[in-house]
Amino acid sequence: MVPLSYYLILSAILFACGVAGFLIKRNIITIFMSIELMLNAVNLTFVAFAAELKLLSGHIFVFFVMVVAAAEAAVGLAIIIAVFRTRETLNVDRVNLLKL
Amino acid sequence: MSLNLWIIPLLPLAGATINGLFGKRFSNQLVNVIALGSTALAFLYALYVTVRFFGLSADQIPHIEHYFVWVTAGTFMAEFGTYLDQLSLVMLLIVTGVGFVIHIYSVGYMEHEGGYYRFFAYLNLFMFFMLTLVLANNYLMMFVGWEGVGLASYLLIGFWFLKDSAANAGKKAFITNRVGDVGFLIALFLLVKHFGNLQYDNIFKALAAYPVETSIGFITATGLLMMVGASGKSAQIPLYVWLPDAMEGPTPVSALIHAATMVTAGVYMVARSNAIFNRAPIALTVVGVIGTLTAIFAASIGILQTDIKKVLAYSTVSQLGYMFMACGAAAYGAGIFHLMTHAFFKALLFLSAGAVIHGLGGEQDMRHMGGLRKYMPKTFWAMTIGTFTISGFFPLAAFFSKDEILWKEWAGGNHILWLIGVIAAGMTAFYMFRLWFMTFFGEYRGPAPETVSHGHDADPQHAGHTAAVHAQQADAHGSDHGHGLPHESPMIMIAPLFVLAVLSVIGGWIGIPAALGGSDRFDHFLEPVFHFSPVAEAGGESAAVAVEPAEHEDRATEIGFMLISLAAATMGLFGAWFLYYKRTDLPAKMAAAAGGLYRLVRDKYRIDELYGATIIQPIILLSTNVLWKGVDATLIDGTLDEASAGARDLSDRLRHMQSGNIRSYAGWVAFGAGVVIAFMVWKGVR
Repeated sequence: MVPLSYYLILSAILFACGVAGFLIKRNIITIFMSIELMLNAVNLTFVAFAAELKLLSGHIFVFFVMVVAAAEAAVGLAIIIAVFRTRETLNVDRVNLLKL
Repeated sequence: MSLNLWIIPLLPLAGATINGLFGKRFSNQLVNVIALGSTALAFLYALYVTVRFFGLSADQIPHIEHYFVWVTAGTFMAEFGTYLDQLSLVMLLIVTGVGFVIHIYSVGYMEHEGGYYRFFAYLNLFMFFMLTLVLANNYLMMFVGWEGVGLASYLLIGFWFLKDSAANAGKKAFITNRVGDVGFLIALFLLVKHFGNLQYDNIFKALAAYPVETSIGFITATGLLMMVGASGKSAQIPLYVWLPDAMEGPTPVSALIHAATMVTAGVYMVARSNAIFNRAPIALTVVGVIGTLTAIFAASIGILQTDIKKVLAYSTVSQLGYMFMACGAAAYGAGIFHLMTHAFFKALLFLSAGAVIHGLGGEQDMRHMGGLRKYMPKTFWAMTIGTFTISGFFPLAAFFSKDEILWKEWAGGNHILWLIGVIAAGMTAFYMFRLWFMTFFGEYRGPAPETVSHGHDADPQHAGHTAAVHAQQADAHGSDHGHGLPHESPMIMIAPLFVLAVLSVIGGWIGIPAALGGSDRFDHFLEPVFHFSPVAEAGGESAAVAVEPAEHEDRATEIGFMLISLAAATMGLFGAWFLYYKRTDLPAKMAAAAGGLYRLVRDKYRIDELYGATIIQPIILLSTNVLWKGVDATLIDGTLDEASAGARDLSDRLRHMQSGNIRSYAGWVAFGAGVVIAFMVWKGVR
């Protein structure tokens, strides 16, 4: 039996990777993947606690997060395609028209 | 049993609404049908009510109708309802009857004016508010009507609002009335404080328990404050200044609102509140003194006015003074009697003056009239009857009403006030005959034909404005009616004169005093309204108590006093005849001899200038320097300006957060999330 803390540490590492990638990377696709990584890190926490505490609600939350992530992926990819078509780049630093 | 009295005010309101909202697209004929129809129906219904009223038994009077509760707040309650007794019945008939006659006249007078529908909508609106005032069964509703007629008056004085003088006169009337209304309102607050509500029947019943106040208490205060309100609405000293200026309005308006009905609202209010005034002898004395002073003061100004309508305006102020004089002697019946006859003869005089002005194409200066007897004989006869009536010649209406007032004044023991009243009566006769001689006798002094364009109510003192108005009206007027010699007015204007002339002659006969073999029917008819006199424990100081027993012994004296008034009127007649017919060169010489006094009276004692210097200028200075530049510009605007400038500076700094760099946004999100987590951890640890 793997202790709970292992799961939590793994989850924290994954989440930190996600945050770092989100902040550092310039490619929109990569940023997008970083977001997915953070979501799944959270999912891991949920499942770990659900297994530990023998509660069903953690599992249910995971399914919710997955559904939302799937929807978000669909919308997000559509936006990315739209951005690429108009600006012919995926570099976020050059998508900067919305400023003063 | 219900008489459905609400119908009476609502008819003119319907007329005003229809004409006011849609009248612009209506033809003049349709406007006439609506405006005159609603007024005529109101008058007919009032007649029907009169017939039914005489079928009521004594205990059914006052006839009170409750429609619905309007305001409730705590224990305070005011409702919509009507109150019909002898007093409101008389007022009802005067307002609807005279109002209808003047509506007819207006059709002829306003024929060539722009804004025809607007005029009749305002006139109907006035009728609505005046009837509300008269029929109300509580003071709050009376106040609604009171303010409403003020509004209608404002709108109609400023009817030709392109003319600066007219617009200013409207404002002056409105603002002066506000001063009086403050007093009236405070009086109402006092009543609410002491009686809990403003229903007439409750207040009058509750007052029965109060004795006469010999020192100043709350009843006296209420009475005095009510008199402040009445002196605003009824143009008494010191608030009379608006009425002469109100003559800027069309002449039918002057006749209806500023002579026959609205300005008598103050008298009505005092008579209606007789239960209050009878218990406040000090307030009554003040009412009587103010009335008497106004009567003679206005009459003396009237002597030197040259504008035909201004003479009549000061005459109105003076006659209203007589009514208050009567109320001050607790002879409310006499006051209302004079109110009624005054409505007839003053409406007649104003409408005749209007016919003169109409026939001369807008000329109002009597120095440019003269000899009009030949050109407009019908108007001449109407004016003659009016002049003789107001001067108080036997057996015309004002003879009975004015003499009743003077007699009650003497019988009440106020001999000085009586003397002033008689002198004022002589002056009244003098200035009215002066007007009569200057207008209708001698040679026509007007300009040669074709030099006057047609426009009403041109004021010679404002030649600059009137030129523009003339030009404007001449356009609308067309060329078919270019103004030549003076001409008689159309039949639609003469017929009302005829009706009013008949009323002026016979109107007084319903109140022939016992001394002349009559039975004083009008007084006895109104008596039940004034039965709220206090128990006679105050020792007969109140005049109403004193008059009755004395009357029988003093018949001969009363006739003697009538002869004195007749003599005063005759002296006025001959004085005017001598100065303005026989020796027309004399007035100028006398004016030169009198010098400063003459100029003082001609300038209306410079009261307007006095008010301007002592009240208006300080208020303007205070408003400009403190309220406008101090409070408004510095304090209020300053606070707002500083607040908005601060917000701008702050947001100017904050906007740099929005760099357009997505990763910097992401950083802020991460930073925010970190802060939240740190906070939660900190909470958890603690």
